Amino acid sequence: MMNFSYARAESVGEAIAAVSGDPHARYIAGGTNLVDLMKYDVERPGRLVDITRLPLREIAATAGGGIRIGALVPNSDLAYDARVERDYPLLASAILAGASAQLRNAATTGGNLLQRTRCYYFYDVGAPCNKRAPGSGCGAIGGVNRIHAILGASESCIATHPSDMCVALAALEAVVHVAGPGGERTIAFEDFHRLPGDRPEADNTLRHGELITAVELPAPRFGPHHTYLKLRDRLSYAFALVSVAAGLELEGDTIRDARVALGGVAHKPWRVPEAETLLRGQKPSREAFGAAAERLLQGARGQGDNDFKIELARRAVVRALEQAAAATPQRQSDKSIN
Amino acid sequence: MPEGYVGGAQPRVDGPLKVSGLAQYAGEFPAEDLAYGVVVSSSVAKGRILRFDLEAARATPGVVAILTHKDRPTVTTDAESHQDQAAPPGLPFIPLLDERIVYSGQPVALVVAETFEAARGAAALVRVEYEAEPAVVDVAQRRDSAYDPPEKRDGVPPPPPPRGDPDGAFAAAPVKVSGDYRIAVEHHNPMEPHASTVFWRGGKLVVHDKVQGVTNTKAFVVNMFGLPEDDVRVLSPFVGGAFGSGLRPQYQLTLAVMAALRLKRSVRVTLTRDQMFTFTYRPDTLQTVALGAGPDGRLQSIRHDAIACTSTYEDYQEAVVNWSGLIYACDNVSLSYRLAKVDTATPGDMRAPGATTGVYALEAAIDELAYAAKVDPLELRLRNYAERDQNDDKPFSSKELRACYERGAEAFGWSRRSPEPRSMREGRDLVGLGVATGCWEAMMQPHSARATLTADGKLEVACATADIGTGTYTILAQIAADALGLPIDDVAVRIGDSSLPMAPVEGGSWAAASAGSAAQMACAALREEILKHARAMENSPLANAALDHVVFSGGRVARADDPARSISYADALKSAGRERIEAKADFAPDEEFQKKFAAYTHSAVFAEVRVDEELGVVRVTRIVSAIAAGKILNQMTARSQILGGVVMGIGMALHEESMPDRRLGRFMNHNFGEYHIPSHADVQDIEVIFVDEADEANPLGIKGLGEIGIVGAAAAVANAVFHATGKRVRDLPITPDKLL
Amino acid sequence: MVYVSGAPGAVTVSLTVNGKPQTLSVAPSTTVLDLLRERLHLTGTKKGCDQGQCGACTVLIDGRRVNSCLQLAVMNDGREITTIEGLGAPGGLHPMQEAFVAHDAFQCGYCTPGQICSAVALLKEGRARTRAEIRELMSGNLCRCGAYTNIVDAVEAVMGAGASQEAAE
Repeated sequence: MMNFSYARAESVGEAIAAVSGDPHARYIAGGTNLVDLMKYDVERPGRLVDITRLPLREIAATAGGGIRIGALVPNSDLAYDARVERDYPLLASAILAGASAQLRNAATTGGNLLQRTRCYYFYDVGAPCNKRAPGSGCGAIGGVNRIHAILGASESCIATHPSDMCVALAALEAVVHVAGPGGERTIAFEDFHRLPGDRPEADNTLRHGELITAVELPAPRFGPHHTYLKLRDRLSYAFALVSVAAGLELEGDTIRDARVALGGVAHKPWRVPEAETLLRGQKPSREAFGAAAERLLQGARGQGDNDFKIELARRAVVRALEQAAAATPQRQSDKSIN
Repeated sequence: MPEGYVGGAQPRVDGPLKVSGLAQYAGEFPAEDLAYGVVVSSSVAKGRILRFDLEAARATPGVVAILTHKDRPTVTTDAESHQDQAAPPGLPFIPLLDERIVYSGQPVALVVAETFEAARGAAALVRVEYEAEPAVVDVAQRRDSAYDPPEKRDGVPPPPPPRGDPDGAFAAAPVKVSGDYRIAVEHHNPMEPHASTVFWRGGKLVVHDKVQGVTNTKAFVVNMFGLPEDDVRVLSPFVGGAFGSGLRPQYQLTLAVMAALRLKRSVRVTLTRDQMFTFTYRPDTLQTVALGAGPDGRLQSIRHDAIACTSTYEDYQEAVVNWSGLIYACDNVSLSYRLAKVDTATPGDMRAPGATTGVYALEAAIDELAYAAKVDPLELRLRNYAERDQNDDKPFSSKELRACYERGAEAFGWSRRSPEPRSMREGRDLVGLGVATGCWEAMMQPHSARATLTADGKLEVACATADIGTGTYTILAQIAADALGLPIDDVAVRIGDSSLPMAPVEGGSWAAASAGSAAQMACAALREEILKHARAMENSPLANAALDHVVFSGGRVARADDPARSISYADALKSAGRERIEAKADFAPDEEFQKKFAAYTHSAVFAEVRVDEELGVVRVTRIVSAIAAGKILNQMTARSQILGGVVMGIGMALHEESMPDRRLGRFMNHNFGEYHIPSHADVQDIEVIFVDEADEANPLGIKGLGEIGIVGAAAAVANAVFHATGKRVRDLPITPDKLL
Repeated sequence: MVYVSGAPGAVTVSLTVNGKPQTLSVAPSTTVLDLLRERLHLTGTKKGCDQGQCGACTVLIDGRRVNSCLQLAVMNDGREITTIEGLGAPGGLHPMQEAFVAHDAFQCGYCTPGQICSAVALLKEGRARTRAEIRELMSGNLCRCGAYTNIVDAVEAVMGAGASQEAAE
């Protein structure tokens, strides 16, 4: 871990000024990923700007019937917030599927979006990685890659985004509020994370100095027809091999609309609007769900160790949609999968 | 006479210290002059160091030294003098010896600074340039160069010679199975990372080492650095788990001593979790088992062949295949064990070394045979029950395995199992029930112990052995309290100090039987001493009492036939004018007994799994482990030992896997986030049963429990997965991908 | 804006640790875990992975359980920290510490302080009612000795005692 200087911001403006003026400066909040990466010397910021004292801790109702979640709301507070439990149980479930109680207490809403990949090669400074050291090559291609991407990968990077919460946020079509040296802007969740392409070092579309101030959710939908299904190598405290956030709007026994997002399979939460369109007007059935899964996984490509994820993701999508349709969302403490 | 402590459920005597955070581990001892060492690890697996760039690191404020092969204190390079008690044949690895790199993660520099933060910051600035050569870390790529180790490792029996006509019997057998089995590389990963704090005291060293044997570390340091015996003392009162990783002194010790000698000050070196993947591990072993049987499932032929990896510099060996000639009765057996060299650190003993590996393969194959012969897997094991050790042609000192099968099956509800795979369901889940046998040798080693009684009626027992979580403190206290009839609170146990009476490394499950016997002998000698003083008292009520006519109870020695005639220990000591009396005893295993009998612990492990077949998710919902291991000293700590072995077995069956990159020659998932050990959520219901077993190998009838809990556990789970799904996964762990 | 350089000792932090105010000079890179262990010699808080992947370093900061290895000390200026030493000591153990001894909920003892701090917070959070929920919400604390079932027994016992106490009140 490199030594660094430290600054504590008292206001959003002060924070932005401190980071945008220094190419080696980074914001720090919960620190659950950044401090970890700094210990591995993967991240080597020259200066940290502490934003934890900024007034970004509120969960407030919006005019549109949704909520606006301050960037510093801890993951656990968000998951256990009464409104979130009632109106956005998919989000609560996804959060509780991730990490541990301790990490959720420290990790923040904004920080969760900025988690970096768990790729072994990214984490190991003794190995090549284009994301960490652009131009050094991708160690995972042709290497150990059972946790890697099957969708949207590139010749230079096959890393996945590790967040659970973000998979739910994708299905819920959240909007990210950002403040930067050029003022404020909003980013559709869809457009927040990016695919690696030939610039895998960039996980998302934030510009240097931009600060996430809030994540906004539109008015609640799906009622009881949602689930977050996470499959992993041990039953808790492990990153997803594959996860699915699903929500259905049912009218009688007909699907009026659907949202499905996949985690653990790509450099960003994976959504395919055409797959959701396929479900519209259908009766819930394994056939209909299977067709949606096919569409979601169209173009999926394995790298060897992770070939199984294609079939696993296909089956997980079907199961998640069954759970959503039956209004029997996966419980995160009961490890049997209904 | 009141019930004794031995055999009861005694909470750990060191428990209050551990739950309050006051138990101190190797990397936790403070010193005024302490400097911190941080290790820099090689990023290449093979080759040599061309040059270092240390400029930026040296310029970091607080840095006091950077040790490399070019700049380090002198150490002996004579192989004989840096062998340790657990070393296999070969040339042990010496950190910073020269420019050669022999495995990925090998330490190449030690940065020492005034603070941990400064050392860590500077270590990140060390630049090393290597000339890399191609490395091979997969034993399968070395299969063709496998060899019979020319020098055998002390204490590890090579496979016994073949008996009968295994090939002919296999060819003729009406029922046969054969398969290749493999278990992924596992790293020990005790929760406490390896650490050494070396106090420099005017040229003398007090070493706090995370190790399973202080005497081993002491001899190693004395020999390695050519120091006088009296100048080195090693302490390890508490050890945060080890599972074999602390049997040999590890490289952080050598580095910490080097730095302390160079700087003439105290130094601490604690490895990172990543660096816990840069030394010993359970060796990758390619196994083939072929079984031939009659239509009734009675074994006619057993063949078990193994090729295990070792490093380029040592021939690590463990007994992998021998179990296949021992556990079941069979007249035609052939067993082979060979090594193949890979470019990794030397593998090492990990909980039930060899047995965990070999018995997994045997017990999975036996399960396959049961299905092939259409005989219930438990019944098949009973039909092939070995009444005699056919490897060594000896009777067993005791063997209550049959009782394990019976009591385990009953507690588990084996009778509800329907024979066909995939025939049991609950909701969406397939349910599977599996069984396996476990076996481990009941070993003993020479140990010495000292018992000291003071005039205030307090007893101390002392022995250089260790408590790595096993409960040594507690069982020694129980034995000593019973021997002298004292409340356990009046007994203090001192262990983990090289200045105490001799003990070898704590391993192989021999500590309880050996240190326990030594402690009991020392206490027995103390009883004689007490009686001697009591009899010598003026008008002693015990004047003519012989040792077998008195009892020692409640701090008094009394006539057995007339307890009113008694003398307190305090009075006996007082009248003899003694503040304390002391007795020392040396225990050695009874060689005659060992020649005559084969001594083993046994288990029957039953596992219930639920499998979501569509998604490949396995849950281990219940385990029953029935154990025959002689006298159980402490029901509580003994049970915990078995629970721990079972949990590690679940990890082996489902989770644990160090994944090598074959091009980089490096284990890639070197952390707790990606190397999965079982979590709370993975462990549900475990029941432990101890069956009665009387054994005479030592006076207390102890056989040891550290290993037996893991042996067979992974096989039971894997067999249950087969019963649930009909899929036979022979390479562990059974991760979701293997069930899709 | 508070601004400090990266040098060791560059920054002063004030914390309350187990009820006792502490003011120390540290480097910005000093974690709460290293501050506790190396500066205050409160070594009950353990370093198992230093990466937030094992839970051995769990402490309560302002009453919430967190991994102290991922907390920079400087960012916790002004906060209250409770470590295992602050829960109880031999002769006056916390009920959870007592329960861990009574249920043999540990072997080597290295993950134990973290397990206990985590369990104390778990009870306070009030989100676990069943054994399955205890297991899930304790999964951030790894135990290599495999004492899990005994740990759940200990937590359940204290939880049950608390519940019956509430019922009596």
